Amino acid sequence: MGMLDKKYHDSNIIIVGLESALNWARKNSLWYEQFGLACCAIEMMATAASRYDFDRFGIIPRSSPRQADVMIVAGTVTMKMASRILRLYEQMSEPRYVISMGSCSNCGGPYWEHGYHVLKGVDKVVPVDVYVPGCPPRPEALLEGFLKLQEKITGETILQKKESVK
Amino acid sequence: MIEVISKETGNKEMVINMGPQHPSTHGVLRLELVLDGEIITKVRPNIGYLHRCFEKYAEQMDDYAKVIPYTDRMDYVSAINQEHGYVIALERMLELEVPERVEYIRVIMAELQRIASHLLGIGAFGLDLGAFSPFLYLFTEREKILDIFERVTGARLLYNYFAVAGLMRDVHPKFKADTAEFVRTFRPKIKELNDLLSYNKIFIQRTANIGVLPEKVAFNYAASGPVLRGSGVKWDLRKNDPYSIYDRFEFDIPVGTGEVGTLGDCWDRYIVRVKEMEQSLRIIEQALDGMPDEGDVMEAIPKRIRPKEGEIYVRTETPRGELGYYIVSDKSASPFRVKARAPSFVHLSVLPAISKGSLIADMVAIVGSIDIVLGEVDR
Repeated sequence: MGMLDKKYHDSNIIIVGLESALNWARKNSLWYEQFGLACCAIEMMATAASRYDFDRFGIIPRSSPRQADVMIVAGTVTMKMASRILRLYEQMSEPRYVISMGSCSNCGGPYWEHGYHVLKGVDKVVPVDVYVPGCPPRPEALLEGFLKLQEKITGETILQKKESVK
Repeated sequence: MIEVISKETGNKEMVINMGPQHPSTHGVLRLELVLDGEIITKVRPNIGYLHRCFEKYAEQMDDYAKVIPYTDRMDYVSAINQEHGYVIALERMLELEVPERVEYIRVIMAELQRIASHLLGIGAFGLDLGAFSPFLYLFTEREKILDIFERVTGARLLYNYFAVAGLMRDVHPKFKADTAEFVRTFRPKIKELNDLLSYNKIFIQRTANIGVLPEKVAFNYAASGPVLRGSGVKWDLRKNDPYSIYDRFEFDIPVGTGEVGTLGDCWDRYIVRVKEMEQSLRIIEQALDGMPDEGDVMEAIPKRIRPKEGEIYVRTETPRGELGYYIVSDKSASPFRVKARAPSFVHLSVLPAISKGSLIADMVAIVGSIDIVLGEVDR
């Protein structure tokens, strides 16, 4: 633990709200679903690889949606793929998050005008938490997207009933 | 999962899906595998999950040059090579002279991109077979190439850098030194890769004698690129049908020899890619020596692109094989039709022929060894 090492004689107790403790734990182990669609998947791989290194944020790839917390929709969502994405989303256990990576999955991107087979935004099939712009976004942009998601998780109140949330 | 009784053998057969969400299908490919126990009896590739309407876009754009960004997005792992074929096709249609400096920069960029593409292909292939660390080492090298690209073009993955008879902007003054430095540092890494992955015992056991593609089958399916060369055929469009200025350079065509197994197995296709990287380094070195220091890269770019009525087919060698552009012009400002002959699509059709009779666990190795990019398959 670095600076706290060997400072105390007994074991200690910290007092913290249950919700913030849970949120703190969840935001620091965001396992994402390894699920590349198109060009952005290459940048997603680059972000996970040696130079940018997802692991230092506790972001680890999982191959099955059942083990994942976050789905990165990395690439163009086509009509044929849309129903499959919904199915993968439904297979994820709650609480679950979606990051839409790149212009294509945000809004159709360069395929917006004549793309007769391209879905104009993945938010038409699954709810999106963070949109990362770019074609394709730089690895730094995707990391920023994850930091934004962590911010969002910090303020969550999933344990309280809806009417008691102010 | 569906169980059916095979009419031929009377055995119980099982149909399972591999994909579209599977970490080893390199994108969104769905393979319907018909299994007899652990043996694959039939493979049906199911594509179309990434159909992005490239041909429709080419017809709808109001300028020939506006198609170039969409060619980037076809094979997004080797974007420069995709642009190269398209601009060469237009230059031949317009009968334009390309300045010397432009040609040299193009060749250097194309070969750097070839190395970057093979690094990703090899890294992902190793990753599929459980070798995680080579992937990280290779990506470190790939990032160095992307740094060079970023300084020149401003983008990391999709460049939109080549223009008809020119380039979008000139290279920066330190380009030559940067590239030479990369070539110098990258050469020893190939040896490191051979120690780490190529001659690794586990890797050889997973790839040797698996997915054997005989020469005759490769011809029948019109395979090209490393898939064809892995079967021992000396065929490279840079030598056999030279385009750009490739006829000025000295380089060899590496072919598979069946060194650790049968000729044309997964390992042969893999090692061809490794050896090709060395040859690309040779081409880059020669091109750096011959590149003129002076010259405007934008002087020959035409103001308007209006080719004569007619059609053209131009083929170039991309990291995946023969990429052909068939362009029909009707004298208007936009192409009447652009058809791309994608090597990945052709190689995907080889898959059922070479995976029949192999174990289900080897399917991942076979898909990885033909190195498809789904953006190019579906276009």
